[in-house]
Amino acid sequence: MADEQKEQPGQQSPKESDGLLDRIKEEVEPLKGKLRQDLKGLQQPQKTQLYKSIFRVKHEETPRSRALGILSNVFLHLHPARINRDAVRYNYTWGMGGITFYLFVVLTFTGALLMFYYHPTKVQAFRDILYMEHDVPFGKLLRNMHRWAAHLMIITVWLHMFRVYLTGSYKKPREFNWCVGVILLVMTMLLSFTGYLLPDDQLGFWAVTVGTNMARASPMLGHEGPLGPEMGMTPFNDVRFALLGGSIVDSNALLRAYIWHCVAIPIIASAFMIVHFWRVRKDGGISGPSPMVLEKEVRWDRLDESTVKGRG
Amino acid sequence: MASLGGFLGVNLLMFMRFFFPRALFEPKTTFTVGYPSDFAYGVDTRFQQNARIWVVRNSEGLFAIYARCTHLGCTPDWKAAENKFKCPCHGSGYTNEGVNFEGPAPRPMDRALINLNPSGQVVIDTSRLFVQDPFRGVNQFGDEGAILRGA
Repeated sequence: MADEQKEQPGQQSPKESDGLLDRIKEEVEPLKGKLRQDLKGLQQPQKTQLYKSIFRVKHEETPRSRALGILSNVFLHLHPARINRDAVRYNYTWGMGGITFYLFVVLTFTGALLMFYYHPTKVQAFRDILYMEHDVPFGKLLRNMHRWAAHLMIITVWLHMFRVYLTGSYKKPREFNWCVGVILLVMTMLLSFTGYLLPDDQLGFWAVTVGTNMARASPMLGHEGPLGPEMGMTPFNDVRFALLGGSIVDSNALLRAYIWHCVAIPIIASAFMIVHFWRVRKDGGISGPSPMVLEKEVRWDRLDESTVKGRG
Repeated sequence: MASLGGFLGVNLLMFMRFFFPRALFEPKTTFTVGYPSDFAYGVDTRFQQNARIWVVRNSEGLFAIYARCTHLGCTPDWKAAENKFKCPCHGSGYTNEGVNFEGPAPRPMDRALINLNPSGQVVIDTSRLFVQDPFRGVNQFGDEGAILRGA
């Protein structure tokens, strides 16, 4: 590119053009070296600076190098470099936690797409649903994906909890992660509940009427609950009012449900999910039967007698 | 430390107060429904859609049932053929005077304040409700304003 520009102006004298040729040769020489280097890089891409800037670890066939390769990559490090062989047996966990997270990802993606056509107002909400179903290409598919993924997520999150309970995985040292899991379960249920009202159809409207009426009976915080009236609770200042943004299920309730559903709860749940997954790793990976070691894998030379006895 | 705690505490209170607006735009709770002579013996469902009440006349007088199931707050339907109110949510049933007799409802439906204005029209106020609750031994159905006797 640079030498082309220099040749274009045609009004130079022949004497000057000789000097120009030399200058061009001088400038091309280092480019040749660069070209050779690039060709070498194409033959061995792992040796280039570009490659090393992305993958910061040498790929040598040693266990340490392989472990580092995984640990130092933001995506690969989400999985442990080594896991207990029992942890890959699908019939121990049924993969329920992973499937739950996968469904959360599906719901986030389809939900974000649904938001392109949805207005959380009394006039438009239900019309938008009909519009989506009949006039938006793949709108019906998208809405049904969101719906079924939501149903499935409720099922899988319960089955995950069931598995964790049955395998005793809530015990030491995983007590804290069990509590985080309970919070995530509640968040999943709240996501399901707040999503119920959004179509603004009869089913959702009455479901939320019933659901928020239970809040009337909250002790101290509901105006019909024990000690509620004594605490000064009325239909206009109790916990039900805070949920609905009014004393009746109306436009404010729709808007509040929308914001909780699409912004607040997903962010809170994501934060807890980060802690949850991190703690799974820190507590020793997916819980399972005590790690099995084959006899041929035991490094007898590294064990003294007491260690062997201690292991039973 | 205390000032930081105070600052964050006040912020939390402000955050919570934010969810309770000073003004609301909800349907009026006080309205007129016509003259007493407009209402024959039995249940009148004309005001259910707009005002969430049924005006009922029995042998004692005229009263207004607030159309909210005492179980979890759905609006029951008036089933004229069966002479009863039936809630579509969980199946509570009420007599034509709004007294529960089947399903999970714990007490009769509440009644709204009913009065005559100077021109003789019936005025109903659903922000003032009269409760009958046998479990708590409360019965306000005979109170002043719960029923228009002899109207």
